[in-house]
Amino acid sequence: MKAQLGLIVNGETHELLVAVHKTLLEVLREDLGLTGTKHGCELGECGTCTVLVDGTPVLSCLALPLELQGRQITTVEGMAKGGELHPLQQAFAELGAAQCGYCTPGILLTAEALLAETATPTRDAIKQALAGNLCRCTGYTKILDAVELAALRMRVTPAGDRT
Amino acid sequence: MSKDRFTIVGQPLPKIDAWAKVTGETKYADDLVLPRMAHAKLLRSPHPHARILSIDTTRARALPGVYGVVTGHDLPPIKFGILPVSQDEEALCREKVRLVGDAVAAVAAVDEETAERACELIDVVYEPLPALMSIEESLAHPEVRIHEYGDGPNVHKNVALQFGDVEAAFARADLVREDVFFFEGNTHLPMEQHAAVAHWGPDGKLTLWSSTQTPHYVHRLLAKILDVPAPHVRVIAAAVGGGFGGKLDPFAHEIAACKLSQVTGRPVKITLTREEVFYVHRGRHPVLMWIKTGFTRDGDITGCHLKTWLDGGAYGSYGVASTFYTGVINPVTYKMPVYKFEGARVFTNKPPCGPKRGHGTPQPRFALECQLDKAAEQLGLDPADMRRRIVAEPFTKTANHLTVTTIGLGECIDKVVEASGWRSKWRGFKSAGASTAPSEASPGIDCAGEAGARKRRGIGIACSAYMTGAGTAVYWNSMPHSGVILRADRSGGVAVLCGATDIGQGSDSILAYLPAEVLGIDPKDVRVHPGDTDLTPVDLGSYSSRVTLMCGMAAIQAAERLKSAIARAVAAKLETTPEALVFRDRKVGVPGDWEAAVPFADAVALGESMHGVLAFAGSYAPPKRAGKYKGGGVGPSPCYSYSASVVELTVDAETGEIELHDVWIAHDIGRALNPLLVEGQVEGSVYMGIGEALMEAQVFRKGLHKTPSMLEYKSPTTLETPEIHTILVETDDPEGPFGAKEAGQGPLLPVIPAIANAVYDALGVRIDEIPITPEKILRALDLERQGKTPRVGPEKLPLFTFKEPVVVESAFGQPADPVATRPFAS
Repeated sequence: MKAQLGLIVNGETHELLVAVHKTLLEVLREDLGLTGTKHGCELGECGTCTVLVDGTPVLSCLALPLELQGRQITTVEGMAKGGELHPLQQAFAELGAAQCGYCTPGILLTAEALLAETATPTRDAIKQALAGNLCRCTGYTKILDAVELAALRMRVTPAGDRT
Repeated sequence: MSKDRFTIVGQPLPKIDAWAKVTGETKYADDLVLPRMAHAKLLRSPHPHARILSIDTTRARALPGVYGVVTGHDLPPIKFGILPVSQDEEALCREKVRLVGDAVAAVAAVDEETAERACELIDVVYEPLPALMSIEESLAHPEVRIHEYGDGPNVHKNVALQFGDVEAAFARADLVREDVFFFEGNTHLPMEQHAAVAHWGPDGKLTLWSSTQTPHYVHRLLAKILDVPAPHVRVIAAAVGGGFGGKLDPFAHEIAACKLSQVTGRPVKITLTREEVFYVHRGRHPVLMWIKTGFTRDGDITGCHLKTWLDGGAYGSYGVASTFYTGVINPVTYKMPVYKFEGARVFTNKPPCGPKRGHGTPQPRFALECQLDKAAEQLGLDPADMRRRIVAEPFTKTANHLTVTTIGLGECIDKVVEASGWRSKWRGFKSAGASTAPSEASPGIDCAGEAGARKRRGIGIACSAYMTGAGTAVYWNSMPHSGVILRADRSGGVAVLCGATDIGQGSDSILAYLPAEVLGIDPKDVRVHPGDTDLTPVDLGSYSSRVTLMCGMAAIQAAERLKSAIARAVAAKLETTPEALVFRDRKVGVPGDWEAAVPFADAVALGESMHGVLAFAGSYAPPKRAGKYKGGGVGPSPCYSYSASVVELTVDAETGEIELHDVWIAHDIGRALNPLLVEGQVEGSVYMGIGEALMEAQVFRKGLHKTPSMLEYKSPTTLETPEIHTILVETDDPEGPFGAKEAGQGPLLPVIPAIANAVYDALGVRIDEIPITPEKILRALDLERQGKTPRVGPEKLPLFTFKEPVVVESAFGQPADPVATRPFAS
């Protein structure tokens, strides 16, 4: 059975006709071509497919689009604004926090939600926030460093002041 | 070239693909979509060992939305395997399945769901056979045969090598120790599930995009397996979302996608589920080890004898190499004048093991380093000092005829000893009022009351060595191991074509940095085109820590050739000699007259005007150093990296839980071409070592994986990963590109035994078995309470006869083979 629904993704509204049991992950990747959202288990275990719904991290492999109509969905493609990378993206690139890069979108979005809530998270708080996102390449070290660097830069130059 | 003359080498630059990766732009295999593409699924065996009596696909074919169904009978009756000596696999099994997860049929359909439903409609009749699930079972039941080939019933490989008289060496020793260890298998767990897209075009040519670490070997094998001419096959390595050795074999899903594309006339995609990835495996072998080593009272090693038994799983894969690797690298680290190694790989009805980060060497490293710790204690020596004393001599040969070049291990030991505060901490946590312990550790000191008695702090050390690329390819040939083509274009940009595959380690970036360094341009001016068997010269693949060294050397050679051609043209224009010219800041000129320097784009135009198209090749093959004995081809490497690690941890004596505090690791990298990337490789290696040491285990029950999901298969999260302090030691190796050695695998090795040794320092119990779980800690403490030896580890060895050893004189201490002498060097 298919349903017609309206999804707001990265600020754009999409009218879609999709099978009702399709997950948000599938709709993002297959119907909207937003392949920046990755999958590692499709069982809600690895954090790879994390997106933001109204600013809160959600595992898109466990979410149903039917229930998310009218909500603000953000994927990694929506992090850069006006051609300007999000400070997290910039810091991840500069510090080598993305090796194979496969877990990176989910981690970036989880970290974005953290920094939106806490401007000065401790290293332990960052570890807690990212504990549900597995990474097999980095040993997390450069990821934690990059989140700290991004947080620092965002404090120095708040979002409104960034060009 | 001295360090200060580099402009790009040594700089912590972002990777050239970093921007694509942080924006979600990078295209992995499952991100590829082609018009009319079908989606496919494999039907896999539910039995660990069974004869296939019949396969009926009628019902599946009738399902609406199904485009095609294939079984093994649609494929040429050829067996294959990554190693020429182990041709034992079928993409889709015809007569027999040997593990749960062996593929028997494949379906292409309009979508995955339809393909999955069609798989359920395929009727396979199996006759179950006895399943052999351990080394002991496989050896005890020669009447049940998993394969008909090998070195004995269910024995895939049996090797024995002897270099010098070990018995005489033991007779000379003041202390001889015999210890037994077990290292459980574990898996790569890349975040990306394997995926492949195949398109068999109407012109009869096949293109495969795959998450593979070795497009070249897949290319070779696809031609054979599908019986198509190799020139009509093109393999493109998509961006790989983590490999660690798990994407190094040709896989059933790749072959099935190709065949289905041929029969359906459509592009076909297969993406494995996470559960399938666990069964596909090819990861760390479970290895049982017996090690006997003689020591003088000063801690020198007089000789060592190692026996290893590998649980290989159901197929050969890289297993013959894995078997050798459990023996041949240990002598590279310390002065070990006499050495004997016996190894056997046994088939079992489990997912095949193969190469995982460190390939075959973490297991014997664990055994040797734990035994050294025990010997040091018996000899009354500090285990760090003892190791420092016995570090191998640079530019000599090992007992097993391996030429070793630079060795930075002594400095690595010094650096981690100093950084960790080893001198005051080792055995220091046990002494009353240990004033040296960090303040947050105070509850962990034994004298600090009840909580203290429960939480015990400890520190341990271990070292290791690893190869920087295998000296031989997996198939015998005299061609380059890595090739690069550089093409300069009139814009001043340079294109790099190389078959290397970036699996996250940064090989694409290395291929930009090194030509940019040589040509004095910005890495951003370099476009890297990797891993495409149609366009790029062969690079053998991302394995054995070979890529930076081999493609790096080829890239430097190609860049020097391009530079020389441009220099001749610019010299003519500036009326000087090519030798007088310097390439820097996107200009070519004479340092004394830099005003007249020619912009690089103009220099390219001058070059193209003089020579025609500016395209130059670089080729690299390792020095020919195979030992002159049977088996001497496994182990030689252009150079070896060295690592030393100290781990500090706390063990809860009531729950058995281990909390890691800090890992200090010093790594002899030769030269850090980009310290940021090297640190990333070291940190990732340490992390993976921690996972293997404490929790990761690929274990089975009744043929089934016990934990085939990311939740149940425990791996470290941010919360279990401690602070990792990385120290890079540079030795400027004459074999490496600008002196560089490997970083991607070696630093994993010392972490595991350092953890085991730290547990001993904390609790006084020996866990001679990986992973070191809370349950094993508690069992050891129980044994201590009962007045027994507080050790948990294997208690017995299999009844097994190794073959007569190949006896060769030890080459220990002989001068190294000529350095930097290799094919294609000029």
